[in-house]
Amino acid sequence: MSDTNIVKAGEQGVVVEFGNVIDPGVNARVHRLAQLIASDMPDEILELVPTYRSLMVYFDPQRINREALSEKIRLYLESGDQSGDRSDTATVVSIPVCYGGDFGPDLDFVASHNKLSTQEVVQIHTSRAYQVYMLGFTPGFPYLGGMSDRIAAPRLAQPRVVIPAGSVGIAGSQTGIYPIESPGGWQLIGRTPLQIFSPGSANPFLFAAGNFLRFTAIDAETFLDIRRQVESGSYLPVTGTIERGGDAACAL
Amino acid sequence: MCTVIKPGMLTTVQDRGRTGYRAFGMPVSGVMDRYAASMANILAGNDPGAAVLEMTMLGGTFRFPNETYLAVCGADMQGTLNGKKIKNWSAFYVPANSELCFGYAVNGCRSYLAFYGGIAVPEVLGSRSTYTRAGIGGFDGRALQADDVIEIAKADRMPFAPRELSYHHLPKYGSEVRLRVIPGPQEGLFTPEGLRSLFSQSFTVSPRNDRMGVLLEGPTIEHAAGPDIISDALSAGAIQVPGDGHPIIMMADCQTTGGYAKIGFVIGPDLSKLAQAKAGDSVTFVECGDQEAVAALAAENLSYEKAALG
Repeated sequence: MSDTNIVKAGEQGVVVEFGNVIDPGVNARVHRLAQLIASDMPDEILELVPTYRSLMVYFDPQRINREALSEKIRLYLESGDQSGDRSDTATVVSIPVCYGGDFGPDLDFVASHNKLSTQEVVQIHTSRAYQVYMLGFTPGFPYLGGMSDRIAAPRLAQPRVVIPAGSVGIAGSQTGIYPIESPGGWQLIGRTPLQIFSPGSANPFLFAAGNFLRFTAIDAETFLDIRRQVESGSYLPVTGTIERGGDAACAL
Repeated sequence: MCTVIKPGMLTTVQDRGRTGYRAFGMPVSGVMDRYAASMANILAGNDPGAAVLEMTMLGGTFRFPNETYLAVCGADMQGTLNGKKIKNWSAFYVPANSELCFGYAVNGCRSYLAFYGGIAVPEVLGSRSTYTRAGIGGFDGRALQADDVIEIAKADRMPFAPRELSYHHLPKYGSEVRLRVIPGPQEGLFTPEGLRSLFSQSFTVSPRNDRMGVLLEGPTIEHAAGPDIISDALSAGAIQVPGDGHPIIMMADCQTTGGYAKIGFVIGPDLSKLAQAKAGDSVTFVECGDQEAVAALAAENLSYEKAALG
């Protein structure tokens, strides 16, 4: 592809850049390339890190030089173009959330700030699937795209020192989940009983960059019930598939 | 078995790091000074990448109820075994009921203690490295504390021989560090003057430096159009330049993504030198190409092979 750049990131990294915007279509191309490379993961490629608009490819410079690697990446890009994008699907992971109350102390603020009822905020927040553009900040933290501006809210003037794991928040027109207990300044609207990051388990991360997330509202009783299942290891995440790219984020 | 009497300032279990999960936002962690840690392991008869104790600035005091073998490399923390001086960059025999004591680093700032057989903490996501911010890996996901008991794995290697590392392999820890840099990926977001100041001026290591990154004071580096980029991936060695123009070199515990323009990457083999730099030390940068970087990697690996042969 002519509009992609392959640039240097140290002796063992190249960055494949697909433009300079935060856009679901651009991000879909990043994930498509990541999938293509991951599907036959040559030994000399060590690790792939997809981000908003670029893919970091970590490689072993003692097994392949940068020119040969770049050529290889161009071949992947071309084969991706030829395979056609239309049937491209992504996984949607369902995230049950108990909104408001102690779990979402800022839900009232987000509602009044936007002149909505709390039910309307929850309805809007759960009405679409959000594209996981990338993970970063803390292990498992998703950068999500596609939240409605109707429920946007500024960050807290004074960040909280401790935010419990599983908290779901809003900052500006972004929404996200805190995977581990950490400080933070997002408006907290609810909490999920799911464990986003479980370092000891065979599947340590609940979702990956390139997946979609869909929030579903649950009551406190269901929260505790799911929590028990998660703790006993019997909870199975609910997943589905979605068409990726463009307006697909609104399709569910 | 090893009991911690005093933990020192910041002592953690580290190996070569937790790779393979950066796409999930999981930092790599691992030893800050790969060279010294690898040499400690080699002297102790371990794989160069085995888990070691990384001590920072002020070392710890440890008790060993059973006889064992250890090696220590890196910053000189004036180690003593049962009151007698031990040589830095050496492997030594530890009789039963011994006490090993370290003090302040008299040069460098990180020292590595390797145990013959290795440290028996469980692997988390394929690594024994401690990542304290998420509380995972190493010893209970945290820095060592007094009364912690560290289990030592049983060695399946050849019999141990006390020895010193040949002087050929000893690095010099001075107050001036020269680092080789591969420009990019966002060198185009800096003015020509900005790039020139990186490669022509001398910077000073700030007191604000830790396992996540080393902040440099001194000259500022000029952006062409602001410091912010759409967040992308980074790793140890990345030189981020935030709005104030003072560069930050990312280190072992750095986040996997970042939103400041990166003017270049310090090459991997040179990060060991930076890991031993203290606040107030001076840092200069020199531009480097792929060939020189790969040659430096090969030279580093050759040192390990030679050291392993004795």
